[in-house]
Amino acid sequence: MDSLINLSRMQFALTAMYHWLFVPLTLGLGFIIAFMETRYYRTGDEFWKKMTQFWMKLFAINFAIGIATGIILEFEFGTNWSNYSWFVGDIFGAPLAIEGIFAFFMESTFFAVMYFGWEKVSKKAHLVSTWLTAIGTNLSAVWILIANSWMQYPTGMAFNPDTARNEMVDFWSVVFSPVAINKILHTVTNAYVLAAVVVIGVSAWFLLKNREQLLARKSIKIATIFGFVSLLVLIFTGDGSAYNVAKVQPMKLAAMEGLYDGENGAPLVAFGILNPEKDICEDPEVAEDPYLFEISFPKMLSLLATREMDGFVPGINDIIRGGYEFTDREGNTYIEPSFDEKKAQGTLAVHALKAYQDAKKSGDQAAMDQARTILDENFQYFGYHYIEEPEDLVPNVPLTFYAFHLMVSLGMFFLLLFVLYFWAERKNKLENQRWLLWLGIISIPLVYICSQSGWIVAEVGRQPWTIQNLLPVNASISGVESDHVLTTLILFGVLFTTLLAAELHIMFKQINKGA
Amino acid sequence: MNTLHFLQHYWWALVSLLGAILVFLLFVQGLQSLLLKTAGDKASKDLVVKYAGHKWEITFTTLVTFGGAAFASFPLFYSTSFGGAYWLWMAILFLFVIQAVSFEYRDAAGNLLGTRTYEIFLFLNGALGSFLLGVAVATLFSGGSFIMEKTAITDADSPAISYWTNGWHGLEGLLNPFNLLLGLVVYFAARTLALLFIISKAEQNQVPAFVEKCRKQLPVVAGIFVLLFVAFALWLCLRSGYRSIDGAMTEVPFVYWNTLWTRPWMLAILVFGVIYVLFGLIRQLLGKGERYNFYWVGTGVILAVWAVLMSAGFGGNAYFISNYDPEMSLTLANSSSSLFTLRVMAIVSIAIPFVIAYIAWAWRKLR
Repeated sequence: MDSLINLSRMQFALTAMYHWLFVPLTLGLGFIIAFMETRYYRTGDEFWKKMTQFWMKLFAINFAIGIATGIILEFEFGTNWSNYSWFVGDIFGAPLAIEGIFAFFMESTFFAVMYFGWEKVSKKAHLVSTWLTAIGTNLSAVWILIANSWMQYPTGMAFNPDTARNEMVDFWSVVFSPVAINKILHTVTNAYVLAAVVVIGVSAWFLLKNREQLLARKSIKIATIFGFVSLLVLIFTGDGSAYNVAKVQPMKLAAMEGLYDGENGAPLVAFGILNPEKDICEDPEVAEDPYLFEISFPKMLSLLATREMDGFVPGINDIIRGGYEFTDREGNTYIEPSFDEKKAQGTLAVHALKAYQDAKKSGDQAAMDQARTILDENFQYFGYHYIEEPEDLVPNVPLTFYAFHLMVSLGMFFLLLFVLYFWAERKNKLENQRWLLWLGIISIPLVYICSQSGWIVAEVGRQPWTIQNLLPVNASISGVESDHVLTTLILFGVLFTTLLAAELHIMFKQINKGA
Repeated sequence: MNTLHFLQHYWWALVSLLGAILVFLLFVQGLQSLLLKTAGDKASKDLVVKYAGHKWEITFTTLVTFGGAAFASFPLFYSTSFGGAYWLWMAILFLFVIQAVSFEYRDAAGNLLGTRTYEIFLFLNGALGSFLLGVAVATLFSGGSFIMEKTAITDADSPAISYWTNGWHGLEGLLNPFNLLLGLVVYFAARTLALLFIISKAEQNQVPAFVEKCRKQLPVVAGIFVLLFVAFALWLCLRSGYRSIDGAMTEVPFVYWNTLWTRPWMLAILVFGVIYVLFGLIRQLLGKGERYNFYWVGTGVILAVWAVLMSAGFGGNAYFISNYDPEMSLTLANSSSSLFTLRVMAIVSIAIPFVIAYIAWAWRKLR
């Protein structure tokens, strides 16, 4: 069972991470291309058309493989997470279908016009198609992020014991959940920053080679402004993300910060090395220090998580032991139950569901009502029934911690990069600053690492839950044998890696070819 | 008829329509299936790739939306079929992944695997992809070897609500002659439409010899398609299936014929579909209206497939029969989303004509 769970998780993670290698570039590059073509439309200058077509070619190479990995993700919800598909399909399926109807068709249809239609439609129709391609790709991201946010912060639904699943009762609550809005903004602006850095890096390479200089300088100018503005939104929504995580997934925040024992006025670790000997719920007398080394900002984690300098931020041990005062996202304050209490409630809920169904079969309405009451009272911890030990509640702390700090550090680095490029471009000094050009090129892999780190924080940090507090991974999987999943995992790994290598090779050749 | 009952049927009709449009759009796969032999020289291959390359995204997106709509409206089917017939669906997914990249990579400098490899990828997707989709769709009538028990979620040691009863996970469907027959029908439909598509563009075609080859091939391919379809339709009408009657799954002889016969509008859609297909093919064989025969036959395919797919679920029929225990079979009533979700999705579906309109615009412009 464990190997099946881990293999299913690995396969989904592999697909999602490969998918997220390709998608962010299209999300951001779509708008950059649309802006360039708008300039062409307004000025009639062929230079802007040439520039648009150059970046469009890179967009197209990247676009196809993004679609290819996307289809696998959608179908893997059924193939590998079939329990999940039934348990929450009533809510989760709707954003996926809306994504298909509203976004996929828009992006794929207008991509074809954008890519093949230069000579077949009017200049205006082509420009509109380019904008609609960019909007379509972003709309697609919006709907899948709504679905993802709902998994992290389930809202707008009610459990139906007759069908043994959750059902949507408030569509707008799902769509406009504060977690969803923040996540959408944070994720798409991350994609814009990635695209901006890629454009800067490729342009920097041209400048180093003394090729396509006008194209490179104009591209850098656009990308710098686009990237800088996006990064400001990214930082702002990053703060919102941390606040949301503190309220709806406190264990994830604790893992992000390597915080085992909570405190009032908790410091924010700016840089740290975790102590590998550290374990959960140690005897306070002999407890290991969580860090071998750390640089912290006093009280900043409390400020981030509670909006108060001396607010209490629970650590991993606190969340397991419970007993502290916690204010949730809706503003309700209560004493947080311990893991054991939540598990007991979860077990009550699951047993009540069983009792309800047995009573229904025998036609005992009184027993049904009684079971329903117990189920409703305890449902918020339904998923804890499937968690065996307290340590199962803790995500991979080192992976979450380092990914989070790497993401934040690189984010700050890109802020500096944009400022430097903006300054150098304004002062006409770009060509002379070879170190800066090299920095731009080196930033390309760094921005991908940053982007992937963000997903690791979001997805590894929320383990073991597929649906926060309601359904853990071990109760979400399909009834497939683990060796079958291992086989498809290997096949996907080989296929995606081969296609990635081919994609990169084609991209490099295309860039080398120039506009 | 209550609202939930209506919306379940509305969504089954819509998912069926998406499936039918997908079968029509598989002409892209039909084009790709010409790559290794019929389109032997470079000019013919380039032409096939160009035609397919301008349209493949619509087929691909229809497949994705078909999956999304099935997930949203009938999540239990998504859960049971995809999670159970694991290998059948995985094979289809692999074939579509290799298609998605091949158009762009085939002729690109530095594509690592060589042009021939991407052409083989396209061919495999074209031939096997359409065939396997047909086999997968056939399981709506022939069923699957699954156990489905929603209450299993209360068992912490084994919470999976559905299991496949054999280790083949859907590949055993390839041994079922009925499934194979529908797989072949879909493959030959795709290929027939592909040939008609090329012929419809004869005027602007730069490779007349290839078009002539397609013209010669069409009678044989279309003949096989029609024969196989007739065989499938007869077999379908003679099949027995399961229907939910008074809360119990009951075996009903000629269940699909009965569903069609008792719904004259559905039967009419099927009949009109067949007439359109035959009309387009006969016109083509007579050498008339070459530019439009693709659309006649295409419309016919959509109508016929739509009626056939609807017949699987309407009338309380079990549209995914459990061959292990028919009581566990899926019907529209026991597998759909809630009334609220179906209602939300129904409002969303108002946008579909708008989507179809801009696709039609793009199609026309890129002709």
